Amino acid sequence: MTAVSEAYERPKVSFWNDPKIRSIAVQVLLVLAVGFFAYEIVDNTITNLTRRNIATGFEFLNKSAGFDLIQTLVEFTSASSYGTALLVGFLNTLMVSAIGIVLATILGFIVGIMRLSKNFLLSSIATLYIEIIRNVPLLLQMFVWYGLVLKAMPGPRQAYNFGDMFFLSNRGLNMPDPIWGNGAWLGLAGLGAGIVGAIAVRGWAQRRQAATGQIFPHVLTGIAMIVGLPILGFLIAGWPVTFDYPVLGGFNFAGGKVIIPEFMALLVSLTIYTASFIAEIVRAGIQSVSHGQTEAANALGLRNAPTTRLVVIPQAMRVIIPPLASQYLNLTKNSSLAVAIGYPDLVATGGTVLNQTGQAIEIVMIWMVVYLTLSLTTSGFMNWFNARMRLVER
Amino acid sequence: MANSAGTLAYVRTEETPPLPPPPSMVGVQGWILANLFPSIGQGIVSIIAGAFLFWLVWGILDWAIFSAVWSGTSREACLAEDAGACWPFAQSRFAQWIYGFYPIDQRWRVNICFLLGIAGPVPMLMPSVPYKKWNAIFLLLVYPLITLILLTGGNFSITAAGFLNAFVILALFAVFLPLMAFGIEEGIQYNRIGLGLAGLGILAWFASFAIGSSDWFTSWGNFSPGTVAAAVFIGAGGALGIAQLRGSGAGASVLRSWLIGAAVLLGLMLILKIDFGLQPVETSQWGGLLVTLVVAVTGIVASLPLGILLALGRRSKMPIVKTFSVMFIELWRGVPLITVLFMASVMLPLFLPEGVNFDKLMRALIGVALFSSAYMAEVVRGGLQAIPRGQYEAAQALGLSYWRMMSLIVLPQALKIVIPGIVNSFISLFKDTSLVSIIGLFDLLKIAQTSSNDAKWASPQTGTTAYFTAALIFWIFCFGMSRYSIFMERRLETGHRRR
Repeated sequence: MTAVSEAYERPKVSFWNDPKIRSIAVQVLLVLAVGFFAYEIVDNTITNLTRRNIATGFEFLNKSAGFDLIQTLVEFTSASSYGTALLVGFLNTLMVSAIGIVLATILGFIVGIMRLSKNFLLSSIATLYIEIIRNVPLLLQMFVWYGLVLKAMPGPRQAYNFGDMFFLSNRGLNMPDPIWGNGAWLGLAGLGAGIVGAIAVRGWAQRRQAATGQIFPHVLTGIAMIVGLPILGFLIAGWPVTFDYPVLGGFNFAGGKVIIPEFMALLVSLTIYTASFIAEIVRAGIQSVSHGQTEAANALGLRNAPTTRLVVIPQAMRVIIPPLASQYLNLTKNSSLAVAIGYPDLVATGGTVLNQTGQAIEIVMIWMVVYLTLSLTTSGFMNWFNARMRLVER
Repeated sequence: MANSAGTLAYVRTEETPPLPPPPSMVGVQGWILANLFPSIGQGIVSIIAGAFLFWLVWGILDWAIFSAVWSGTSREACLAEDAGACWPFAQSRFAQWIYGFYPIDQRWRVNICFLLGIAGPVPMLMPSVPYKKWNAIFLLLVYPLITLILLTGGNFSITAAGFLNAFVILALFAVFLPLMAFGIEEGIQYNRIGLGLAGLGILAWFASFAIGSSDWFTSWGNFSPGTVAAAVFIGAGGALGIAQLRGSGAGASVLRSWLIGAAVLLGLMLILKIDFGLQPVETSQWGGLLVTLVVAVTGIVASLPLGILLALGRRSKMPIVKTFSVMFIELWRGVPLITVLFMASVMLPLFLPEGVNFDKLMRALIGVALFSSAYMAEVVRGGLQAIPRGQYEAAQALGLSYWRMMSLIVLPQALKIVIPGIVNSFISLFKDTSLVSIIGLFDLLKIAQTSSNDAKWASPQTGTTAYFTAALIFWIFCFGMSRYSIFMERRLETGHRRR
C-alpha cells in the first residue's frame, strides 16, 4: 500500500518550477509594481500641488458657489455652497436618467415589436429608424436637437400655443403649475390606495384563476382604481387644486412651470438614441423564443395576442433583461454629455466648480464615485432581478 | 363492371394541369395584399405608415437634392425662403472638415496615411486573403510608425541617453537568455558570472538614484556615472549570456528572437530620430476627420493588447491578479467617457513629474486607450469563455506552459470568435470620439459645428448642412463596419456551431 501511494505522490520539483510558489511570486511582483506606480503618482501629485499652491481636501465644498444654475430641484442661489451645486447637478442627472429610461424603454419596445411586424412598411420604418439613429454619434444628435430644433423655435411672442396652457418656444415648454390647496392629501391618499388595491386585485385574480380557471380583468380594474381613486379623493375634498398658468409678459413668460430646452434636448436625444439599441435587444429577445413555443400555444387554443403576452414575452424577457440593464447604465452615463449643451448635470456643474476652484482631483473623484455607485447599484439590482427571472431548470 | 374498355366519357384519363393561383395571391398584387392589406386594420396602418415614409423620404430628398442650393460663393446664395441644403458652404469647408488646420501644402501626408489606412486593413478583413501574419505586422507596427512620422513630421529628439537605456534593457534581457533557453536551473549555472555582473549594475543604478536626489522618472534619461556604470556591468553580463547560447538548438532560437527584438527596438528609435526633411506639424493643427480617425484607431489598437492582458487577468486563478483586473475593468466601465477625458486632460498633468508633459491630443489618446481597453477586455473575456474546456485541457495535457497554451491554442480561437465584438466596440469608440470636442480638440463634429458659425456663410440652412454632412460621414463609417460585423458573424457561426 505504501509503495503504491508513494508512486502516485507528486514528483519533487525545484521551488521555481512549483506553480504555487510561482503564482505567489507573480502576485507579489504585481503588488510591488502597482504599489510603486501608485506611490509615484501620489508623490508627483503632491509635489505638483504644493508647487501650484492648491490645497487638497474637500473644504471647498462649503464655500459659496457664486454662480447660478438654470434648473434646480432643491433650493439653490448663487450664495449656496459648491456642495449644494454638486447635489443639484446630481439630482438633475438622476431626473433626466430616470425619465429617459422610462421613455426609452417604451419607445424601444414599440420600435422593436414594429421591426418584427409582418407589415412591410411598418417594419421598414423601424429598420430605418434603428439603422440611422444607431450609427450617428449621440453628441451630434444632441446638438441637432438643441441647436437646430429647440433653439430655432420662435421666440416667446410667437410661441406655439396649445390651448393657452402650453407654450413651446425657444425658452422651452411653459406649462401650468398645479397649486395644491387644502385637502389635496386626499388625492395622494387615493393614489396610494389605488396602487395597493390594484396589486391586491391582481393577486386575488391570479389565485382565483389558478384555483377555478375563471379569468378576471384585473388589468383594467387596476387601471380604473389607480386613476379613479385619486379623482374620488379630489372630489371629496372639493377639488383643491388650482393652476398657475403661464402668461406672456414682456419678453418672456411669467408664472407656470417651464421645462428648459436644454433638458428637453438632452431627454429627447437620449431617449431616441437609447431606444434604437433597446429596439434591437427586444427584437433579438423575441426572435430567441423558439417558434415551437408559439405553435404549442396555438395548439392549446391561445389566440395571437395572449400568445405574445403570456408565452413569448415572458420567455423573451430573460434574454432581454441583461442587455437592457447595460443600456440603462449607458443612458445614465451618456447623460453626462449634458455638459456640451449646458444642462447643469453632475459633470457640467462639477466642471464649473473645477474651473473656479481648481480642485481637479476632488471633483474627478466625486464624479467617479457617484457614477461608479450608480453603475454598481444598477448592476447589482439587475443581477438580483435576473436571478429571479432565470429559467428554473429541473 | 361494364367498363372493361375503360372509356367512360365522364372519367378523365389524364390529370388536368393545376389552375394558376388567383391573381390576388401572386405577383405584386399578391404581395401587397398579403403584406400590406391582410385586414382592414392592417390596411389603415399601412396607409398611415406609407404616408409617413413618403413624407420622410421626400422631405429628405427635397431638402438635400431638389431644393438644395448647388452653387454660390457666399451666404447670399443660401438665403432664399424655401432653400434646402447649402452645398456650396459644405464644399468650401469640406477640406477643413477632413484635415482640420493641417497646412494645405502638407495635406498629401495625410492622404498617404488615409490611403495606407484603407489598403492595409482591407486584405486583413477579407477572410480568404493569405499572409495574415505579415498583414498584421504591417498594421500593428509598420503602419502606426509611418503614420506617426508622416503626420508629425518625425525627427523626434531621442538623446544618446535614450539609446543607452535601450541598450541596458536589451542587455538585461540578454543576461536572462540562457535561463530561457536551458531552463532556470541550468541557465543560472551557465551564466552565473553574467547574472552577478548584472546584479552589480542594478545596484550601481539604484545607488545613483540614492545619491542624486533626482526623481526616478527624469533620471531615467540622464547620463550619470551610476547609469554609465550600470550600462557597463549589465552589458558585460549580457555579452556573457549571449556567449553561453552558442552551439545549441534551443539557444539559437532564443538568440534569434532576441536579435529580432533588438533590431526592431533600435530600428524604431533610429527611424524616429531620422530627419526626413518633413515640415513638423503640431498636433494642435490636426483636426476634422483626421483627429476622429487618429483617436479611434489609436484607441482600438492600443486597447487590443491591454484588453487581452486584462481579460486573461480577470480569468486568472491568482486572486490578486484577478482582483486588480476586475477593479481596473469595472472602474473604467462604470464611469462615463467624459469624466475619463476630463481626468486625462486635468489630472494627468498632475500625475506626471515636473518637466514631463503631453500635449492635448496625447492626453485624450491615453484616456481613450484606458477606457476602451476595459471594454475590449470584456469582449475578449467573452471569447475566452466560449472556448470549450477541452481545448485548455488538451493543451495542458500536451505539456504546454500557460503562455504557450494561451498564445498557440486558446487566444487564436477566442480572438477569431470575437471579431464581430471587436468591430462593434470599434463602432462605439468611433462614435464616442466626438466627445473629445468637449475637452477642446477639433474633431469632425466640432469643426463642422464651428465652421457653421462662420459669418460669411450664416444662413438658416448652414448649421443643418454642416450637421447633415458630419452625420453622413459618421453614418457611412459606422454602417459599413456594422455590415462587416454581421458578415463576419454569419461566416464564423458555421465554423463553431456544434453539429
